[in-house]
Amino acid sequence: MIFSELYGTYYRAVAEILKQAVNGTLTEKPMIEIVQRRAFSESVTEICNSLKSGKWQLILPDYTTLLKHEPEDRLTMLEKRWLKTILADKRIRLFGVKIDLPDVQPLFDLADIEYFDKYGDGDDFESIEYIKNFTLILQAIKDKYPLQIDIPDRKGQLMRIRAVPEHLEYSEKDDKFRLYVRGAGVKAVNIGKIISVKRYNGSNLRKSYSERHEECAVLEITDERNSLERCLFHFAHFKKEVEQIADNRYRAKIFYDAGDESEMVIRILSFGPMVKAVGSERLVNLIKERLKRQKKLWTE
Amino acid sequence: MPHLTTIYKEKKGVAYRELIKNFEKIRSYMRDFYIYGFKSRGSYTEKSLRSYDDEKRRIESWLGDYMSFRWTESGKTVFLSVDSRQPRGNPLFRAWKSKSFTDSDITLHFIISDIFYDCSAAYSCGELLQIIEADYLSRFDNLTYFDQSTLRKKLKEYVGCGILSERKSGNKILYSRTKDPYICLDYSMLSFFSEIAPCGVIGSFILDKLPAEQQVFTFKHHYITQTLDSEILLALLQCISKKGMAEIEIDGRRSKHPNVLRIVPIKIFISVQNGRQYVIAYTGGFVLQSYRIDRIKSVKFCGEIENHEKYLSDFAIKRRHMWGASVRTGKVEHIEFTVNTEDGEEYIYRRLMREKRIGEVHRLGKNKYVFSADVYDSTEMIPWIRTFICRIEDIKADNYAVVRSIKQDFNAMYDMYCGGGDDIQ
Repeated sequence: MIFSELYGTYYRAVAEILKQAVNGTLTEKPMIEIVQRRAFSESVTEICNSLKSGKWQLILPDYTTLLKHEPEDRLTMLEKRWLKTILADKRIRLFGVKIDLPDVQPLFDLADIEYFDKYGDGDDFESIEYIKNFTLILQAIKDKYPLQIDIPDRKGQLMRIRAVPEHLEYSEKDDKFRLYVRGAGVKAVNIGKIISVKRYNGSNLRKSYSERHEECAVLEITDERNSLERCLFHFAHFKKEVEQIADNRYRAKIFYDAGDESEMVIRILSFGPMVKAVGSERLVNLIKERLKRQKKLWTE
Repeated sequence: MPHLTTIYKEKKGVAYRELIKNFEKIRSYMRDFYIYGFKSRGSYTEKSLRSYDDEKRRIESWLGDYMSFRWTESGKTVFLSVDSRQPRGNPLFRAWKSKSFTDSDITLHFIISDIFYDCSAAYSCGELLQIIEADYLSRFDNLTYFDQSTLRKKLKEYVGCGILSERKSGNKILYSRTKDPYICLDYSMLSFFSEIAPCGVIGSFILDKLPAEQQVFTFKHHYITQTLDSEILLALLQCISKKGMAEIEIDGRRSKHPNVLRIVPIKIFISVQNGRQYVIAYTGGFVLQSYRIDRIKSVKFCGEIENHEKYLSDFAIKRRHMWGASVRTGKVEHIEFTVNTEDGEEYIYRRLMREKRIGEVHRLGKNKYVFSADVYDSTEMIPWIRTFICRIEDIKADNYAVVRSIKQDFNAMYDMYCGGGDDIQ
């Protein structure tokens, strides 16, 4: 059962409070601080009062406890079984973890799930070279040291980047990792395209780097053929605002990365006439341009 | 007093609590606030307004930093605004960490764990009760007494969770701690899989037990509402593993009452392009169907079935002609379309190759490619074909309604964006 108090925020907060109580360092102030940090915005009264009043008989009025040991963070069978399941995922090798759970049954079989519209040219997660590059990049992000990366540019020429790695972005649709960097002329590189990567010990890094630039698409949705639901599900992963403007008409503002403009254009086109872009002007013009080209193709 | 967690409602005497007993109660509200986000209080007519107020307040308490409000003509609208590319982990996991419990639950949990810190300890229920009272509760003024049945129920629950084990000794059942395997848990690995693996919220439970580290990953095309269906998904996956039949309760599209169906689930289909999850299953009469998992309210395992292989082999044949999750499996329809590219647009060929799920792509000339496939439901391909607008030279389909629909929709789009013109027939 996933929905259990054993995994709940309250239990986690109380476990941390009890750790301090066992060590004899608990007072009211850290107790409130733990609850504010670990639990929900309205939890302070409930948790602190229940502990102080003896409703939950775990802490004495002097903030000591009769527990003899710090609460442990043991794994339940559900957690072990989930771990066992993901051990079968080919991407697990990217992390170099060695987990042996010989007596544990997987929670389910990953082969029973199909990501039916995932793109077919995802990264080769089982390639030894890919794993080696990924491992080095992951370590560099954690330890914050710069890297020298050789990668082909759009014309296939070798490009050398020296940059500080920031974070890795994974796209479930593309099934690819991209590395975001600073200190170089580029913002991101596809891990799958890297020819070689190594630690860079020099200091010849650019000072400026391109920030993520957000754009806003304004869409008008006509709710026919279930298009409102389809559209809002489709764009659900973006930050967005939706309002009803007439009986079956809605306006949605979708905030997207400027680098994804072409993708946004084709995603809007995929909805046909049920979704009309009314902003930005640039986005609308890109759509118009495609429609005009298509018209020309079909009338020539 | 806005910060009081427990507020007694005078009229009915029912207390508001930020924790909940039943996850199903909150599931649809969370999805509405996140996916739709334009509904005002008055639009929630299925349940009482008080129920709406309570659920909204709970979600605000769990996810306050993601909640936004807007005033419209129809009133105040509440929405959850989350950019899934921000490296903060799925905020909706918090809902799974809001299960309510009793005072005895939490008290016994920490005391039992403390007693079984010692790996060699083995006690019967009666012995444990004595230890709990003598060593842990006797110093409290308002001493709570637990009866054996409450304690035994809790011990059984922990045996079920794999925290304790039980063995018979004479006429007593002795409980002891289970052996913990040595596992080196990697924070990055867990933070990655908790976001992308099915039932990833379980990974987030494990992450909660580790010291927080830097978030290394962000996610693109990441549909975080899938987590709300984790228990349903897990029940279906376990039914598939057991080669069994399930009884599902599913929201009727046209009726207010849920439908109850018996199905043989075969596969879970997950869309990475719109986040929807489906169970592909056989119903009575060997009919293949797909059901949206977010519409399923409960799943009950009804036992193993004979000849499970026959369902699998039938599905394997049908799968070859399925574009998406539509399982209209009558006659196979041929469809093909030709795209024109310009010099330097080889990426269009690569697009066709990576985005086609079934079918074939052939080069017809230097800058011309044709995609063709035989599918059960060619209408499912319309949105994908539209993404090639500006390059489509020709479309042919056994189901002419598909060609007509694409061209009519194109005319409507052209009128909408560029003004009227001669329609394409």
